[in-house]
Amino acid sequence: MRLLNASGCLDALTAPDVARSLDGFVTKTITPLPREGNPPVRIAETAHGMLNAIGLANPGRERFLRETLPRLRELDVPLWVSVGGFCAQDYADTCAALDGIEAIELNLSCPNVDEAADSAAEIVAACRAATPLPLYAKLSAAHPDVAEVARAVAAAGADGLSLINTLRGMALDRRTLLPSLARATGGLSGPGLKPIALAAVHACHAATQLPIVGMGGVMTGRDALELVACGARDVALGTVLFADPEAPSRVRGELARAVEAVGVAQADDVYARAHSAEKTLEIESKVVA
Amino acid sequence: MPRRERRSVVALERVGPYSLLRLDRGGLDPGAPGQFFMLEAPQRLLPRALSLCLAPPGELAFLIDPVGPGTEALCALERGASIHVFGPLGNGFRLDVRRPLLVGGGIGMAPLPYLAEALRFPPAVLGFRSAAHAEAAALMPDAEVAIEPTFVTELIDTAHDVLACGPEPMLRAVGVLCPGAQLAWEAPMACGFGACYGCAVEIDGELKRLCVDGPVLELPQAREQVAAA
Repeated sequence: MRLLNASGCLDALTAPDVARSLDGFVTKTITPLPREGNPPVRIAETAHGMLNAIGLANPGRERFLRETLPRLRELDVPLWVSVGGFCAQDYADTCAALDGIEAIELNLSCPNVDEAADSAAEIVAACRAATPLPLYAKLSAAHPDVAEVARAVAAAGADGLSLINTLRGMALDRRTLLPSLARATGGLSGPGLKPIALAAVHACHAATQLPIVGMGGVMTGRDALELVACGARDVALGTVLFADPEAPSRVRGELARAVEAVGVAQADDVYARAHSAEKTLEIESKVVA
Repeated sequence: MPRRERRSVVALERVGPYSLLRLDRGGLDPGAPGQFFMLEAPQRLLPRALSLCLAPPGELAFLIDPVGPGTEALCALERGASIHVFGPLGNGFRLDVRRPLLVGGGIGMAPLPYLAEALRFPPAVLGFRSAAHAEAAALMPDAEVAIEPTFVTELIDTAHDVLACGPEPMLRAVGVLCPGAQLAWEAPMACGFGACYGCAVEIDGELKRLCVDGPVLELPQAREQVAAA
């Protein structure tokens, strides 16, 4: 199990030591053209998480390739580049321009921008034709059947899945009752998402068997282990990094103790274990039948 | 260098409607005036960004306005309780000024007592919305005080090099009066170290994060920010 950051939850250039404490650094989403992002206020804390409406602020593809990527390479951390866009060709063009990185994550699920008109499968197919690099499709658990989307992107050539992105939410100012965020809504992240992430990883593992980077509300090593048990090969830290830049080493320490507590040698030993109960039940029901 | 340590509460003192939270300093560097720390808010997901108010020997002191659940939790801490503290972060005030004048508005006076010490107690003007809030001026006994409907900007002698912190309308007014003023801005921050982009503003056509490029910005940049906002 590798420990990564969730896209948009770490800047390796301002916090290189945090990036080096991970097994890979995932960039903020890169779009073809520069984006300033949404106007402030962009973040708000909620009872069990936080909302963000950053709006894919990024320097754009050309400047990222020319200025940011060379500096990231100097960190000597495996790099994942998160790619975004507004049509399949946007994504494919950026994928074609990338090489010498660990993987590409296709952001198919940002709740803070208008969605691409093309389907997730169309985008993945276009990117598959554009690059031999590993392609991870980042999906939203807001879809009524995320496993169906997972099957579609798998058929289109995705090598893996990133699950889950934030979910659209809203908070109101305590005095004015106006939305706390200038954009009114934002993406909910943090511990409130964990049960949703577990369910999405569980469903998509069952549907595709693709490698999954599990994320969503991971605060502790035990949370990471549960995602692995649902079918995540790797785990990413998101909001917890904002509150605790030392979270990677803490989570690793807790993970070692959590692994020991369930009586296995390493996290990978519980990979997809949450599915075995179902299989046992299936076998039992067949025996009874 | 910023560090993250668990520090204990030495005292919590009421200062008008605000609280002065005094923490055991441990191995933390107080940093430059205008820099800030992220303080763990008990029972909350995210820490809160607070500029250093005073650095008594062995301590770090923060002036807090209890305006929401996080700052309320910080103002309810008891002596001996401990919280994670991360800092110092961001860029503070430039101290190479010839005729400093400190200008504070409301809770924006928070970084000024420490700044006043560093500049050997230059003149200062503070504005508050009520007499109760103005009790916080006790932290700067020599400061001239304005209480609404008098505004602090009415007390500014523009021949000075102004270093200001306060609400955005006050900073905007100070910026118009005093080109070249150093202004300490505020924005919601989740992380304080450049990760979340929550505090990003557009300055000179560039995306800047107040946590790593500020919070103290000089006027030409600040004017851009106001225009962008």
